Amino acid sequence: MFFLTHIWLIPLLPAFGAAIMLFFGRKLQKATVSAVCVGTIVLAFLMACGAVWQYSAWSSTPENFHKPYQTILYTWLGTDTGHMNYATHEGSQAAFQADAGFLLDPLSSIWLLFVTGVGMLIHIYSTGYMAHESGYYRFFGYLNLFMFSMLTLILANNYVLMFVGWEGVGLCSYLLIGFYFHRKSATDAGNKAFIVNRIGDAGFLLGMFFIAWIFGSLRFVDVTMLARHNAAAWMGNPYITAATLLLFVGACGKSAQLPLYIWLPDAMEGPTPVSALIHAATMVTAGVYMVARSNALFVLAPKSMLVVAIVGALTAIFAASIALVQNDIKRVLAYSTVSQLGYMFLALGVGAFAAGVFHVFTHAFFKALLFLGAGSVIHSMSGEQDMRNMGDLGHRIPTTHRTMFIATLAIAGIFPFAGFFSKDAILWETWSREGGAYRFLWYIGYATALMTAFYMFRLMYLTFHGRPRMSHEVEHHIHESPISMTAPLVALALCAIVAGWLGWPHSLGGSDRFTTFLEPVFAPESQVLTEEGRAGQLAAGAKEEEHNTGTEWLLMGLSLAAAGAGWGMAWKNYRHADKGYTEPIAAAAPPVYDTLLHKYYVDEAYDTVFTGRRKLGDVRLGVLGLGEASSWADSHVIDAVVNDVGWITRLTATISSWWDKWIIDGIGVNGPAILARMLSYPARLFEWGLVQWYALVMTAGLVGFVFYYVYH
Amino acid sequence: MLHITTLHYLVLGAALFLLGVIGVLTRRNVVIVLMSIELILNAVNLNLVAFSRIWGGLHGQVFAIFVITDAAAEAAVGLGILIAFFRNKETVNIDEVNLLKW
Repeated sequence: MFFLTHIWLIPLLPAFGAAIMLFFGRKLQKATVSAVCVGTIVLAFLMACGAVWQYSAWSSTPENFHKPYQTILYTWLGTDTGHMNYATHEGSQAAFQADAGFLLDPLSSIWLLFVTGVGMLIHIYSTGYMAHESGYYRFFGYLNLFMFSMLTLILANNYVLMFVGWEGVGLCSYLLIGFYFHRKSATDAGNKAFIVNRIGDAGFLLGMFFIAWIFGSLRFVDVTMLARHNAAAWMGNPYITAATLLLFVGACGKSAQLPLYIWLPDAMEGPTPVSALIHAATMVTAGVYMVARSNALFVLAPKSMLVVAIVGALTAIFAASIALVQNDIKRVLAYSTVSQLGYMFLALGVGAFAAGVFHVFTHAFFKALLFLGAGSVIHSMSGEQDMRNMGDLGHRIPTTHRTMFIATLAIAGIFPFAGFFSKDAILWETWSREGGAYRFLWYIGYATALMTAFYMFRLMYLTFHGRPRMSHEVEHHIHESPISMTAPLVALALCAIVAGWLGWPHSLGGSDRFTTFLEPVFAPESQVLTEEGRAGQLAAGAKEEEHNTGTEWLLMGLSLAAAGAGWGMAWKNYRHADKGYTEPIAAAAPPVYDTLLHKYYVDEAYDTVFTGRRKLGDVRLGVLGLGEASSWADSHVIDAVVNDVGWITRLTATISSWWDKWIIDGIGVNGPAILARMLSYPARLFEWGLVQWYALVMTAGLVGFVFYYVYH
Repeated sequence: MLHITTLHYLVLGAALFLLGVIGVLTRRNVVIVLMSIELILNAVNLNLVAFSRIWGGLHGQVFAIFVITDAAAEAAVGLGILIAFFRNKETVNIDEVNLLKW
């Protein structure tokens, strides 16, 4: 039980490697760096195998039957003092707590195994690929930091610790995409990835808050148990629908679904091992993991599941259509990743959680193999990435060619390679879901499968077949990659062949061990879904169809036909591709070709609406343009009004002071004085100062009085 | 033969009064103005005594004694003012008292 109880060591080993690189990396030899960093991942993989082995033994005992194994190291956030209590939506008190705890159950076991396994192979590959690069220790430090974050994400027992890992992988993605930081395109791509991820993270956080509010706890076991117990009462609850939709927004950001997929193609600026590890096998599957982990919640919100399925299907066909015409080998693979992720979400959305997880599992192998193979091709072509300048490499780099061929067969869904079983499981589950919309999604998935086969074989033929289209000095340098790079390719090719057999479906006589393994996680939910579906069907009065193995065989045959048709079209058009070959789509419909080549102008649309990089003359467009317009309006229109009011006030003051000085003072105050002076001029003339004149006036007055008295 | 009645006294009194007033108003010399004022006062005395004789009481005569006393005091004060005036202006011309002229 050592590996199981010490499961916390698994993330810590790569963290330790990253720390060593942080402190001492600059002074170490390349061999030491490789030994430390690759060694930690190898150890982590071995410990992971041990832990999963011991878990299956532990969970088959009667008292622990089908239970997840949880170990809590310490309480990270939250205390026992009662100060962190809050009221849930029913009004009961809940304590906010997030522990540093680790959970191992069938779902995380699968992720643990393939993340450490594929991670180990990619680390080994990187020792060869990055051998001549400067910043070797920095690369491995970041890679180890990434493994630490991803393992924390997978093994966390609550949403908060998972979010820590979530943010950590976003950070490492930014650091690794911008690894060649001297290139502006690389740093721009890193910024884009982190910022778009952040938008998704906002959704994740809000969803997490909803969950804390509804369930009163953030631990997965608590939430799942509560959701299962109250399934009947909470079905269709609007808050749970909101929470799951917000969580899905987070998944869209991390797993590159519409409309937040734009960072993934640009992320190809990073070194190829980074693209293989982060953007194919592990980080982008974090969104799928999170949705699968919250499957109990999603089952309670059928509307969210419909949204998930539709977004997944649309993303799948959208990205596949863009991949049809891309010329950069890594871009084709990037859009292929987005498309396959769409398949996974389609599976989760229709309730086929096990099928979605199965596709994640197989996709990790063949997509990592494709990216590593592309890296090998680029390495041999001295850095050339454009397929128009490749050709006829097949016999010159045979190992790469053969392993990539196996991966292409797998992704196209050719029997009996891995992709056939997982993709077919998804398409079968989509078809067999009751309800009309799901048939339409099946058609979308089917068209995508056709396109997938076409563009993947187009990649194969343009790169490895046809006539050589490269310059002569590049042609002379073509060589097979060293064993550190080819060995992981071979290992992954073996996995790509064999991995699908774990999910050999019942209709073809297999036991589908994969789904059985995942039963403890998904079984109760599938039952709820089936009953839900059947109830809806009966209510609509439709006849309950019997889905038998015959239909399944028919659909399998149809997908094989689609894969074959795609292969055939690619074979016809690109087999003999010479210098200046024509693209069939460009020949048939040039405007369609242009739209696809420019990725439906989505980046330009986002630039116009959101980032404000497009200008109309001097004026910015979009949301930022609105901001600029409002600030212009504020400083020119509103402030102008304010200034005018001030001017009017000053004008009024000036008039008032003039009035006061000239009218009030002049006429009102000085006027009577002037009048008095004017009137007194004549009166003054009578003042002679003569005494006898005064006496005369007195006498005249006296005479007047006398006359008055005498004659009255 | 002209009988001397009260009227004659009154007329004489009025005439003297009038002469006195004219003297006050028209003469240039301050001393003559003061003499005219004395003349006015004495005319009034004559009137008073005349009316005392007519009506038989002594009120008029007593009042006349008062007037004479008053006239004497007034003459003293007036002469004092005259002396002060002469000291300031070196002249007894009443037209020189014109400081209140504008």
